[in-house]
Amino acid sequence: MNVTTTILEIRGLKARIAEDGTEILKGVDLTVNAGEVHAIMGPNGSGKSTLAHVLSGREGYEVTDGTVLYKGKDLLSMPPEERAREGVFLSFQYPVEIPGVANTYFLRMALNAVRKHRGLPEVDAMDFLALVEEKAALVEMEDALLSRNVNEGFSGGEKKRNEIFQMAVLDPTLAILDETDSGLDIDALRVVASGVNSLRSADRAMLLITHYQRLLNYITPDVIHVLSDGRIVRTGDKSLALLLEEKGYGWLEAEAPVGAGKAS
Amino acid sequence: MSSNEVLSELTSQEYRHGFVTDVESEVFRPGLDEEIVAAISAKKKEPQWLLDWRLKAYRHWLKMTEPKWAKVSYPPIDYQAIRYYAAPKSAKDGPQSLADVDPELLRTYEKLGVPLEERAILAGVAVDAVFDSVSVATTFRESLAKVGVIFCSFSEAVHQHPDLVKKYLGSVVPYTDNFFATLNSAVFSDGSFCFVPKGVRCPMELSTYFRINQADTGQFERTLIVAEEGASVSYLEGCTAPKRDTNQLHAAVVELVALDDAKIKYSTVQNWYPGDKDGKGGIYNFVTKRGKCAGKRSKISWTQVETGSSITWKYPSCILLGDDSVGEFYSVALANNYQQADTGTKMIHIGKNTRSTIVSKGISAGHGQNTYRGGVSIAKSAIGARNYSQCDSLLIGDQCGAHTFPYLDVKTSTAQIEHEASTSKIGEDQLFYCRQRGLTNEDAVSLIVNGFARRVIRELPMEFAVEATKLLGVSLEGSVG
Repeated sequence: MNVTTTILEIRGLKARIAEDGTEILKGVDLTVNAGEVHAIMGPNGSGKSTLAHVLSGREGYEVTDGTVLYKGKDLLSMPPEERAREGVFLSFQYPVEIPGVANTYFLRMALNAVRKHRGLPEVDAMDFLALVEEKAALVEMEDALLSRNVNEGFSGGEKKRNEIFQMAVLDPTLAILDETDSGLDIDALRVVASGVNSLRSADRAMLLITHYQRLLNYITPDVIHVLSDGRIVRTGDKSLALLLEEKGYGWLEAEAPVGAGKAS
Repeated sequence: MSSNEVLSELTSQEYRHGFVTDVESEVFRPGLDEEIVAAISAKKKEPQWLLDWRLKAYRHWLKMTEPKWAKVSYPPIDYQAIRYYAAPKSAKDGPQSLADVDPELLRTYEKLGVPLEERAILAGVAVDAVFDSVSVATTFRESLAKVGVIFCSFSEAVHQHPDLVKKYLGSVVPYTDNFFATLNSAVFSDGSFCFVPKGVRCPMELSTYFRINQADTGQFERTLIVAEEGASVSYLEGCTAPKRDTNQLHAAVVELVALDDAKIKYSTVQNWYPGDKDGKGGIYNFVTKRGKCAGKRSKISWTQVETGSSITWKYPSCILLGDDSVGEFYSVALANNYQQADTGTKMIHIGKNTRSTIVSKGISAGHGQNTYRGGVSIAKSAIGARNYSQCDSLLIGDQCGAHTFPYLDVKTSTAQIEHEASTSKIGEDQLFYCRQRGLTNEDAVSLIVNGFARRVIRELPMEFAVEATKLLGVSLEGSVG
């Protein structure tokens, strides 16, 4: 790629929990370009999931300061469904069950919502079937899971696979993976990671949110950020993750932020 | 917009079928007495035995009081303020074909999405359309007649098949049954009659569209379906009504009789005017529906999608008399705004090895109150009887209510009974999950609700299932943000 395209640009983002006013994000700066994979690491309570929620538009948070530009547009002013249609995908930490609604039916509705937004006609039934088969193979999804109800009775690993499968079909520009490794055994982790790797592309940006270094053994990020107490306190490459694995998060909190938020 | 705002917006959706057709009507003075009962009977040129039956019912009704046990509340009904008969004028001449039908009427059906000709010809559905109180169009009667199936208005049946009517009328719901059924027995205006003779499988789905269209006119349909030995029939009933400010009483009676090895499937989509978002207006729907599995191995299956009416009081039931007979009840009831639904079923096991299945899905939104009331009684004679009941409630918002009253009365130790129940709420997480995948809040609610109701919807004939799915979405528009 010759020209760098910025997908996500976060400046001075501050957010609090709407209900009790607790400030969680205390000034986050982050720039993610097309083709890049960034990992956001940090201890529990550092604000990782809040960042994912605020970016995807979940209710219950108030942004008190800062801006978020997505492909140059004001992301925070869009309702969640519009963000999704514009290509923002959140892989949920806890995927939700929708009883009585078949997985593929749900996905087809989602795909058509995205396509409509882009001025495309509804997906043809045969084309959709072919697309589903192709993408299901990426995460080794069994046919049975496709026709079952959305996440109903799925194991933890199956739910996470389903998330990555949906991501593959919806083909987002910005994918936010919230604790995708949590609750996975080593085999499932390998499958999910290989699915994610196959979806890396020059025009897609990914944000991996994770507590543990372990996921990064399978998906190598371009940049690693450490989030602590609502701020990015350290940015580095793969070696930073190994350092964290060795020393934990404690040593960072004593230090002043270094190179905060300067991603690339 | 917050989810609560969307919830309240969805629940405040205006009724889409609220329009009035200007068909000149012939109506009786308001009020009820023996003269009115006799006048209805005379209007229909009924034989003496039927007039006598009506009068017996009327006299019995005078001694009865309105039941108060249901979990519904409404201002007292003034039975003397109601008109007990209204007929569109064109019906007097009795249209022989669609060309003879009042074009205004046909346009009404079209607005409701019931293109009569198209449905009749393309979908192969015979439509016995009840408009106000008189049947105005019956299609496909000839092709039904070829296989011996009788499908006509109740009034016609009284004249053309008096022996059958006399034999079965009141045989499942006697004129003394309950306040509303007894009232119906005295004043019923018209309805449908269907008779499927021995060994005949009815070649098409039979369908009746009901529509109330006369201010302050109570509607009192009477439907009777008989399937002889080895016969089978599937019957569809769908309802919509125009918008009204004053409440309208509806007290229908449906009787089904299945002889040995016969099967009757009765499906309803009920979408009468539910009242506005403040609870004003709307239909009072007090219905008695009951089927008798009189014969061995017979089967009666009720499927209902109840989204309309301000008050629903309805318990489609099965009397499982024949050995090895089967009763089924599949129900989705939706109560939005200030709607109140008290609905369920009774499964009365008398014959040996009788089986029944109850699946009830209640959806409450806005200030709606939804009650499941179901009775399973197993007589001493019903050796080896089995029942399975599943009652699920879905709540949308925090102003509504769901209530479940299962009654069990088992007199034999050989019976097997299972009951499952659940209550859930449409969660913020479910809505957000859907929105994060690109669906609007309204689409998300519709999707979740239809998923919840799917076990019942799939029991409906295909064309009804599509309509019901749309209806659930439309009925909840404005209920979630």
